[in-house]
Formats: sequence, C-alpha cells, structure tokens
Amino acid sequence: MSNVSLDAHDSSGTENQPKDNSRRRFLTVATSVVGGVGVVGAAVPFIGSWNPSVKAKAAGADVEADISKIEPGQLIRVIWRSKPVWIARRTPELLASLADDEDKLKDPNSEEAQQPEFAKNRYRSLKEEFLVLVGICTHLGCSPQHLKDGAFAEYVEGVQEGFFCPCHGSKFDMAGRVFQNVPAPLNLVVPPYMYLDDNTILIGSEEGAA
Amino acid sequence: MDWIEYRLPIMRVANQHAIQYPAPRNMNFWYMFGFLATIVLVNQIVTGIWLTMSYNPTAEGAFASVEYIMRDVDYGWILRYMHSTGASAFFIVVYLHMFRGMIYGSYQKPRELLWLFGMFIYLALMAEAFMGYVLPWGQMSYWGAQVIVSLFSAIPVIGPDLVIWIQGDYVISGATLNRFFALHVIALPLVIVILVFLHIVALHEVGSNNPDGTDVKRKKGSLSEEEKTKFKIHEYYTNKYDIVDDIVPFFPHIVLKDLVGFAFFLLAFCYVMFFNPEMGGYFLEHPNFEIANPLKTPPHIFPVWYFTPFYAILKAVPDKLGGVIAMFAAIIALALLPWIDRGKVKSWRYRCGLHKWNLLVFAAVFVFLGYLGGTPQENWKITASQIATIMYFGFFGLLFIYSKNEKCKPVPARITE
Amino acid sequence: MRKLLVLLSLLMPVSVFAAGGNAHLDKADYDLTDKASLQNGAKLFMNYCLGCHQMQYQRYQRTFADLDIPVDLGSEYLMFTQEKPGEHITNAMPAESAAKWFGAPPPDLTLVARVRGADWIYTYLRSFYKDDSRPFGVNNLVFPEVGMPHALQELQGIPTKATEEHMVDGEMVERHVGLKSDGTGVMSTEEYDAAVLDLVNYMVYTGEPSRLQSESIGRYVMLFLLVLLVLVYLLKKEYWRDVH
Repeated sequence: MSNVSLDAHDSSGTENQPKDNSRRRFLTVATSVVGGVGVVGAAVPFIGSWNPSVKAKAAGADVEADISKIEPGQLIRVIWRSKPVWIARRTPELLASLADDEDKLKDPNSEEAQQPEFAKNRYRSLKEEFLVLVGICTHLGCSPQHLKDGAFAEYVEGVQEGFFCPCHGSKFDMAGRVFQNVPAPLNLVVPPYMYLDDNTILIGSEEGAA
Repeated sequence: MDWIEYRLPIMRVANQHAIQYPAPRNMNFWYMFGFLATIVLVNQIVTGIWLTMSYNPTAEGAFASVEYIMRDVDYGWILRYMHSTGASAFFIVVYLHMFRGMIYGSYQKPRELLWLFGMFIYLALMAEAFMGYVLPWGQMSYWGAQVIVSLFSAIPVIGPDLVIWIQGDYVISGATLNRFFALHVIALPLVIVILVFLHIVALHEVGSNNPDGTDVKRKKGSLSEEEKTKFKIHEYYTNKYDIVDDIVPFFPHIVLKDLVGFAFFLLAFCYVMFFNPEMGGYFLEHPNFEIANPLKTPPHIFPVWYFTPFYAILKAVPDKLGGVIAMFAAIIALALLPWIDRGKVKSWRYRCGLHKWNLLVFAAVFVFLGYLGGTPQENWKITASQIATIMYFGFFGLLFIYSKNEKCKPVPARITE
Repeated sequence: MRKLLVLLSLLMPVSVFAAGGNAHLDKADYDLTDKASLQNGAKLFMNYCLGCHQMQYQRYQRTFADLDIPVDLGSEYLMFTQEKPGEHITNAMPAESAAKWFGAPPPDLTLVARVRGADWIYTYLRSFYKDDSRPFGVNNLVFPEVGMPHALQELQGIPTKATEEHMVDGEMVERHVGLKSDGTGVMSTEEYDAAVLDLVNYMVYTGEPSRLQSESIGRYVMLFLLVLLVLVYLLKKEYWRDVH
C-alpha cells in the first residue's frame, strides 16, 4: 500500500474533487511511516528468536579444564560448544623443533586474523608448554588426527609429530600451523582461553575481553 | 512489468478483487470481522511456523519444550502468546462475523454457497483449535483430547475401534500427539487456506451484502449515467451490470475502514497478549500448566471457551449417542440456515419484530450455553442447559415457521445512509 | 460500536479460578517488582522446598539475572548441588522412591502459581495444623489429607486447630474458628506471613519469568497503537469525506 497507489486511485471520477490534497498526502505518508515502524517492530521477535537460545548458550558456556594431570607429550580433548578442543603439553624438544620446518608452512607467524592476539607467533599459545586448539580442520570441518612418535613423518618428511586430516589430507604442525600444498587455507583455530590458575584453564573467554 | 502481467495477471486480479471491487458504502463495523479473521489467520500461520521451530512433538518433550519457548528462546513468550491469544481472537471474530451474517441475512439467496464455505471453515477451525490445544501436553490438553476423542465411541458398532484408530494407541499417547501435530501444522491449515480462498471467490462472484440488504447491482442498461457510480470499478463487474451510485471501491475506502477496526482490534489483542494472556483462565486454562498425567483427572474439565456452547448441548442430553447427535445437529442447523430461513427480506432492519427478538435471544442463549459448558457442573445447570438447548434449536424451528409468510417492511431501493 | 462492546463483554465472563477445594483463600498481595522479596523467596525455596520439589524448567542463571543476584553470590549461597549456574533448578531425589515416601512424587513447582494461583499457595502454606492421624503428623485446611510434611515447621511451628464451643439448638457444638500458633517456630505470625508471601512472590515469578518484561513492552506497544489508531482514523475520515 504505497502512497503512490493511494494517489493513483485518489477518488478518480468522483464529482467533488478533494479541495485540499496536502492534508491527504500528509496523513497517507504519516500513516505509512508509523505503520512501517509497526511492521518492523512486529518482525523483531521473529528475527530475534533465531538467536541461540539460553539452552544453547548454557551448552556453549565456557569450559574449565584441569591441565595438572597432562603428561609431557600427551594431548587431551575437551568439548567446548560441542566442538573438540585439544590441549597438548609440548616437550621442550618439540618446542625447539617447531622452528625447523617453517619454510614448509603457509603462514608460520599466523598473520591471518583468525585467533586471539597472543597466538600470532611460533608457539601460538599463552604458555609455550600448553597448546590449545579447536580440533576442527579449517578446510571443511573434519577433525584431524594427532600423529606422533614419527608417524607424522610419513606425511611430512623430517617432522615427527603433527596433525593430519583424514578427509582431504591437510597437514598441521604441533602449533596447529598448516603446511603448504594442502587444501586447508588457514592454521587451526586457537580458541579464546585464559589461565584461572596454574592448573586450570578456562576455554571460551580471554583475559580482558568480556 | 508488462512482461510479467502478460504472463501472470497480477494487476488484473488485484484490480478486480481488491482495488476496484465494488463494496456497498453503508457497510458498518460488523463488516470488519472478515478482514480481521484473515489477519488472525495470517498471524496464526506465521507464529505457528515459528513455534514449530522450537517445539518438540513427543509425549516426553512437548510440555518442557513449551516452557523452553517461554523461557529460553529469545522473544519465545511473545510468539507463543501471539499464537495462544490469536486462537481465541480467531473465534471471537469468527463468531461476530457469523452473527453479522445472521442479522443482515447474508446467507440468503444468492449467498448460500458462501455461507456453506464459511461453515466449513468454522468446522476446520474447530478441528484445528482442538488439535492445537493438545500440543502443549498439559492436563487439559490430555483430558480434553480424551473427552473429545471419546465422543466417537458413541457411534454404534464401530465406535470403540474408531477411537483406538484415532488415538493410534489404547489411550491418548505420544502417537496421538504426533498425528495431531502433523494435522495441526500442515493438513488443516492448508484446508483452511483453500476454503478461505473459495469463500472469497464465492463472495466476489455474488457481491457483498450490506446492512440494508439492498442490491447495488442492476440489470445492464437499466440505469441512467446519473444513477451509476462515479468510482472506477473493474470492468468485470461493469460489463455484467450497472452499478448504483451506492458503492465505494474496496481500496482505499473499505481498506481504510477495516484498518481503523484493525487498530482497535490490535489494541484489545495486545492488551490481552502483554498484560493478561491467560484471560482469567479462559484463553489459557490453569490446569494446562501442569504436565499431562494419565492417572489423574483434573477436578473440572472443560474445553476452551469457544467450544463450551456445544459442550453444554452435549452434556444436556442424558444419552451418550443422543448428546453427540445433538451437538453435531447444533452445527448442522447453522449450516442449513439458508434453507431454514424461507424469508425474502435479508436484513433484520426490515423484518418482523419477532425475527429481531429471535436473533437476540439466540445470541444470548448461545453465550449462556457457553457459560454453562465452561463452569463446574451443578444441579441447576442440568435443567438450565436442557432448556437452553431447546431454545437453541427453537430459534431454527421458529424461523422456519414465521419466515414463510412474514410481514416485512418495504426494503428501500437504494442504500439509506 | 457500543453494541460490539456489550457483545464482547458478554463473551468474556469474569474470571474464575478452577482450583480444587472450597476453603476461603487469603489474598496474596505479592509484588513482582520487589527484588528483596523475590530474593528472600528464592532463598526460602532453595532451603526449604528444593529438597523434594524441583523447578525443572527454570534455570539458576536466569533466576539470578532477573532477581539482581550476582552469579558468584548466587552459586555460593543458593546452589547446593554441583550444577552449573546455566542449569535447571533440580534436585537429586529419585522420583520412584519419592513416590514411595509421599504416596506421589512431589510435583514440580516451576508453574505451580499458574496452576493453583498465588492466593491458594499463600493460604495453603499458612494452613498446616497438627493432626496425629496423618503420616507426617500434620494436615491442611486447604488441601485435606495432604501427603506433604510441614516443610516450614521450623519457621512457623505447628499450629493447632482452634475450636470454640457454641450452643446450637440446645446442644454444645464444637466449631472450628481458625489456627492457633504453638509458639515453637522461630518466627512470629506476622514474620511468617511475610516470609510465605516472599516465597509466593518467587513462585509467581518462576511461573512466568517474562511477566515484568511483557508489561513494560506492552505499555509501549499500546501507546504506539493509539497513535496508529488516531492516524488511521484521520486518514479514513479524509478519504470518506468525498463519499455521500
């Protein structure tokens, strides 16, 4: 019901043409505007109800993980927002080896903006020892396998440990950095997390961020 | 635009049925309820679609999912109250729409089929509302379904087997809930939308009645230019008839009139929705906030208010099959109104005094039956509902008798206001 | 238009609560905007009711947010189980043994105020009296033969039924005139009534947590609709001026 069509049929053919068209035009516009506001207002609940519900938010709430029991070289999995999150305790040897094959990586310094600020470096973690990653391949969403003790060398020569995605063969090192010539475009995602104390990390929130 | 119009006549249909449709200019507020019913239908469909997004149609999860909608889904409570308030609003406007048809004789020749389609819509609406009320799976949902489905057991021979077939189980169960859900969300809405379409097509074929019951169409060539309407009316109508200068085009005149009614309606609707969604236990019954329990019947079971007149008729007859027959007869009698009323004059304005009284008493009896069917059983109410039931059918009997040789006032040739 | 209003009013008879029992109910004058009362009610519920009754549709976190309770304080003083604040208010009582102990499983109380009405709960919780013939030693004026112990006994004590003897038709007849406190509760009658009112207030809140939000949105919607009504009416008048 636009005002154009209102005017188009504006008493066409009646004997007494309206004396004052401006009042009619003003009321038409005013009513259309106010009515439009009403339609927008009525749409709010319908659009808003598609947001994650309180149930989904409660299920996706921050997760605490106890890292005191992780042995060096071990990787544990926790669930956060129904996604696997890996927490790996890296040995000093492994940390040292991360620098060795950086020429084979796509984005060794994690320049692509897809993670918290603290992950834009070689180790991609708050504390070098503990790596926290969302265990979802950045290609098409499969969960890569953790291959260690030389099993990874089968895929990337000279690298003893890393992540290999069985779906389309993407490869990542032990900082979650993607190797060249694989389908995955980006490094594995580092979720927001923070240390509550030396033994506990909270996945889902960053220090300083709300 | 012409490219589309050539292949799909959008503007032609809009002009013929909405913009340049001739409507008598004396249509009063009684004529807004059809428009309002359409609006409520749209509201029910849209909010219904949104509710199904979060509702869980299982006996285990239904009740909790309604509370999930009320608490956990953003704005979920608004969507649910729009739907629950809409259900009652639908019946309010439909009952007023029907009563309008009765006082102005809108069911009479040539609008018999229009009235019949309306009655089919009403029937489908009752089935739709009943099945919808089962979905929250509260105590009233469960026991209401129990009572209504048990009505079918009154049918001789096949009754008991039929009930089990409808339930899909030996009691009302998750299987029943699932099938009612399917019927409620797609089957019946589809039927209702199709019936509404036919209702409107039939209306536009014969034209709108009006409070005077005076026809605004004349035989082609019988009117002088002076007497013809000056408004632009679609040639579909002007080619067949001469149209008296008593009409306005549907758009913008009638649409604006309906919008004023719509604004009033919205005020009432939003008041209920935001401030009083239970409407004192009539729109949302208190026991229905308790999860269905097949082992415990609530102390008083009533259907929702819009069914209570017929429920009272059911209870008034001291025989199971007889009660069911009486209840359905009450609806069938309404559907047969075009043939029960043998009068030639449509509007009650020009009919005999007895007719006016008959209509008013009928409306009062209908409301009284609703009261009787919706309040706890008491002894005096049994007799009262029997008398009211007789008066309900008495309306049709009387009408049939006096309408044959009724003394009516002369109907004016032109609309009076 | 007047006819329409009369018709509408006929279609909506005055409200009747279809709750069971015919006892006289006291009016519960609760106030959903009174956060202190709601907080006290929540505390009473968690301490005295949650042992047996759940609120399985209501979440702790939502309750804390709506009642202005900080989450850390709430988790410390109002949550007695190992649940997270995002979870529902439940207890660990197995439904089957509960049914054995009380004859029926204790009902969920999230929506009890919408089922029974605030007045009923208010009166019910103040109508327990000593009756040694009952398994828990108490009966209730509003809910005769109730299968629930007097959970708030610590606060109220156990009232006794007060009777007076009256001469009726030359015979002495005992007539029940009310309940008399036995003085063993830690609260006075006024304090107890106020505490129960807080508890009722909390239950009314959990029955419909959107109530306050609904009314504040509703006021804006009604104002908006009035403006729309005036505009549409004027526009309609404007267009109908040239008919007639």
